[in-house]
Parts: sequence; C-alpha cells; structure tokens
Amino acid sequence: MRYPKDGRFGEFGGKYIPETLVPAIEELEENYLKFKNEKNFKKELDYYLKQYAGRPTPLYYANNLSEKIGGAKIYLKREDLLHGGAHKINNTLGQALLAKKMKKKRIIAETGAGQHGVATAMACAVLGMNSEVYMGYKDTIRQKLNVFRMNLLGSKVHPVKSGSKTLKDAINEAIRDWITNVETTYYLLGSAVGPHPYPVMVRDFQSVIGEEIKSQMKKVNNKTPDSVIACVGGGSNAIGTFYPLVDTNAEIIGVEAAGHGLKTKLHSATLSAGSKGVLHGMMTYLLQNEEGQITETHSISAGLDYPGVGPEHAYLKDTKRVKYHSATDTEVIDAFLLLTRTEGIIPALESAHAIAEAVKVARKGKKSESIVVTLSGRGDKDVEEVQNYLNKNVKN
Amino acid sequence: MSRINEKFSELNSKNQKALIAYIMVGFPNEKATMSTVRGLIKGGVDIIELGFPFSDPLADGPVIQNASTVSLERGTKIEKFFSIVKKIRKQTDIPLVLMTYTNILYHKGYSKFITDAKKAGIDGFILPDMSIEESKEYLKAAKDITDTIFLISPNASNTRITRIAKTSSGFLYLVAVYGTTGVKTRIKNYTIKAIKQIKKQIKGTIPLGVGFGVSTPEDVKKYIKAGADAVIVGSAFLKLIEKTPESQIESKIASFTKLLKKQTIQK
Repeated sequence: MRYPKDGRFGEFGGKYIPETLVPAIEELEENYLKFKNEKNFKKELDYYLKQYAGRPTPLYYANNLSEKIGGAKIYLKREDLLHGGAHKINNTLGQALLAKKMKKKRIIAETGAGQHGVATAMACAVLGMNSEVYMGYKDTIRQKLNVFRMNLLGSKVHPVKSGSKTLKDAINEAIRDWITNVETTYYLLGSAVGPHPYPVMVRDFQSVIGEEIKSQMKKVNNKTPDSVIACVGGGSNAIGTFYPLVDTNAEIIGVEAAGHGLKTKLHSATLSAGSKGVLHGMMTYLLQNEEGQITETHSISAGLDYPGVGPEHAYLKDTKRVKYHSATDTEVIDAFLLLTRTEGIIPALESAHAIAEAVKVARKGKKSESIVVTLSGRGDKDVEEVQNYLNKNVKN
Repeated sequence: MSRINEKFSELNSKNQKALIAYIMVGFPNEKATMSTVRGLIKGGVDIIELGFPFSDPLADGPVIQNASTVSLERGTKIEKFFSIVKKIRKQTDIPLVLMTYTNILYHKGYSKFITDAKKAGIDGFILPDMSIEESKEYLKAAKDITDTIFLISPNASNTRITRIAKTSSGFLYLVAVYGTTGVKTRIKNYTIKAIKQIKKQIKGTIPLGVGFGVSTPEDVKKYIKAGADAVIVGSAFLKLIEKTPESQIESKIASFTKLLKKQTIQK
C-alpha cells in the first residue's frame, strides 16, 4: 500500500496539530510503520478479523432488488453482518491491537452514530483495555441504544455539549482529552480523517473491504465490478472500498448526505458543496462560511453528520478518479424501505445513501453490468429514527 | 526590529520580564473589550494577545470556548475585529498579537489576512494548530511583515526545541501543562524543568514565554524565577470580565494587572 511520507494526498492531509500532540503522533507513526508489516501482528489481527469479527463478509447478489429495478446487477458487500453490525470493527481491532503493542492502557474514541464507539468498546473488551468514548449530546439522544451498548461493554460515554453537539464536537473533545492525557492515552480515531497518519492507517485497516470485493467479484464473473458505490461521511468505509479498486477500470462513486437538499443549509455534503480548509489536524474540504467558521451540518444519519471529509477523498475528487454524488433524506428513506422490503435487509441510514445511488446507477445500466455497493452497517439502530420520520411525514 | 523585539529589549534594559495578557475580542461585547484593554494598559501590561474566535477551538478549555461562542454569537467578524484593533492601536503602542486558528487565515489566504492584520496594527500571530511542518506558506506570507510565534510543549526533544526556536520570531510560547487553556493546576515540576531545558537549548536567541493555566501572581513569580522571559495570562482575565459589571471592568482589570505585573519587576 502506498504510504505518503509527508502525510499528504496532493495538497490535502498533513498534520495541523497542537504542539503537545507532536511526540504522540510521531510515536504512533513510528509504531504503525513498524507493526503494519510485522508477521505476528498481521497474524493476530487476521485471527481476530476472522474468528471474532466474522470476515470475510459475503458479497450478496441482490436478485430481488436488481430484478425490480430492471437494470444492472446489484451486489451488496455485507459489512452489516460483521460483529457489532458495521465495518467499524475492521479498524478498531487493528488500532486497539496496535495500542496494546504500544503498551497504552487507556483508549479514547469519538463516535457519531455510535457504531465506532461500540466497535471500540468491543475491541477493547476482548483485548482487555479500558475505553472512554466522546459522543455529541444530540447523538446520544438519537442513538441512545448505542450508548447503552457501550456502557454494557464496559466503556464510559462522555456526552459532548459544546458546539453543534454532534460528531465534529466529539472529535474536538477527544482531541482535548488526548492533549491532556497524552502520555498514557491512545486516541482511536474511527474515520479516515484527522492528522497524518490516521487517514492512512484507517484506510489500510478498512482496505480489507475492497480487497475482498476484488477477489469475490473475480470468482463471480472473472472481472472487476463496473461500478463501486459507498457512502461518505468522514469516509472510512468508502476509502476501504475504493482504495484497492482505484487502479482498476471500475467507475467509483461516493455518496454524501444531501439532507434537505444541497440548496438548503441543512446537509453534510462536504465534497459536493464545501471549500478547502483546515480542521481536526488536516487540510481537506469543509463546510464553512465566508469567514472560515465551520458551519453546522444536517443528515438523517448521525454517522454522516460531519462538516469535513477524509483528505484522500478530497484528493480523489480533485483528480476526478472518484465521483462524489449525494442523496437527500427523502431518497434515503425510500432506499431504506426498498431494500428492507425487497431483500429483507435493514440497512443503516448511512448505507442507505449508497443504496439510493445504486438504484439510480442500476436503472441506467445493462443486465451484463455489475454494481457493488458497500452495505457498511445494519439498520437496527435506526428503526426509531425512521419511525419518527415516517410518522412526521404522514401527518404533514 | 519588530515591535515585539523592541518591547523585550526595552524590558531587558529595565530589568523586567514581560506580562502578556490574552483576551477574546468581542467577549462579551466590543465595549467591554475596549474597557478591558484600557484596564490592561493602566495596569502596566507589556503585550496584548487579541483572540479572534473560531467555531472549533480544539486547544482551548471551557472558558475560552465559551468566550469564542459568545463572541461569534454577538457577530464578531474579521472586518469588525480589525476595526477594533485599529481603535486599540490608536490608544497604545504596545505590541498586539493575534491568536486564532489556522483555518481563519487559510480561508482568507495567508497573505491577504496577514497584510490586513498588519495594516490594522497587529505585530504577530499565534496559531495553536499550526505545526512547524505545515508552516511554509504561512511563514512566507508573514516574512518581514509580522512575527510568527510558535508553541512549544514540555515534552519536546532538544532537536525539536531548536527547530521551533529557529522557526519562531517574537517569542517562543511554552505550553505550561499538558492540557487545554485555562485549567487550574499546581505548578508542575516538569514545567520548571522544561523552562530550564529550553533556555539552555536556545541560548538567549529568542525570549521564552510561559502560558496555559497561569492565573495568579504566585504563578507568575514562580515561572519567572524558573527563568521565563514572559508569562501569559488568559482565562483568568476572561473569568474576571465575566463576573464584573461592565462599569467596573476597566478598574478591576487594571488592579489585577498591576498585581501580576509587579511580579515581573526584578529587584
């Protein structure tokens, strides 16, 4: 895998960090480079990915859905079947193992929808480590079951009441904790964002998704997929899906949260509507006002409710290798219901963004073409949110 | 010679160390900011750091976070900020340093922002999320215009101390404690050790300031005794502003400043 030594993807990325974190980031980079190719580390991670998390995940041909749309064939990469119900565990097992090798006793993490928090709590429980999770206060309410799951797993959840009380603020607070407890604490970042080496490290741990897609598609029809689609918030499942496929001919599409629509202010479509800037240790695309203040975002899915995006996505957008589209809350609910009823699979609202795009692409495609959609998580956590949405929209 | 350099050599000749005050502009409003500045000057402050609010101040503790939020809600914008700086500049010749986050400068363009700031009367910048590794464009834009003050942490290696000292101008800003701004703790041994180590390493090439959690005359006294050339007090001023009726801000700030400044005068 390519490793950008200066932490830059073109002009994006870098490490814009408070000075106190510099030794910690250097220590992390040094250890990551040391362990990532070490035989025993790889063997141990492989063991946990297979026996504990449930890899490899199936590549499921969604026959009913494909027939109903009547275009290209849709395959679902079933990350929703992983332990914990989302792709997040690929990364938390990798980083928690690394933290253990680095002899760090205390793990902190941020979480949006709660999936990364739960996956951190699980990895820490199985590896015998303590974890604390920062979560926006607004998210602790919309995802209260995940808060309880984290508590059950032995993790302490800190609701964050500053700023917009969502993922962005949870990251701010996790960074503040890290600055304060830098000598004892490992910050387990869950998305492909933050200062170098996080975006690279998270990408590498998530690339198992794209690697499996490649070999599984080869078995299905001896070629790479024609299109690959994944949802993008910070962009961890997407970069894990895309990265192993950027050198192929596949059309690659990332789907952002258009919320109430890109023309309103209520969305989280950073790449589609943002501008360049510096936040959370990286240079990337951001949603900001004309003064450079970060603006509040909206998405029906807490996991995509973030005003930034991983720097490698910013690079893939500017180089035009990947197309970034978006789906509105309404389109997402439709896709959610469609997949649930045709296939009996309840997708996470985050993943439903990718489904919404897949439906559009499949409709225009031929039967001989194949589309792979990464179903990054299952939707059990979202049923209440969907119920509220449907009740509200029926009444109106 | 920059205004900041001149200030340090002037203090040196008077056998004094520098008292630096940080305030958030527009907290709780423009009028209070002007009263605070008058109080600081009356009290004998040597340099003023003027905070420009950012939506995501990740190196700051609750006091400055709250001040940022209030200032933004009250409508502090870049143009407004510069107009306040101009007013302050008309009243005083003391060095003014702008403290904010990288994105504010990056978004406007480093060159444009720094030139405008200089025109308004700003002498230097402190950006807590700007690492020396990412500073090339920023340094180029500020060269021969304003000073660029970098932060240094107590856990910095000797190599890093030297690199940061070479990159900085005006003064070096030692973060006294592991943590965000405004956290009140006892003075740590590691900070005292760091002050001595850094002083030894930089050999008088640049003054060393100590900030974060510095809030009382006793703190000022101890850091100066350990060898600091300047102390920076921030959250303590904001807390005082918060609890003082507007009509008394100037006098209260002046008397608190006097108490702090007294500790920087060597006998």
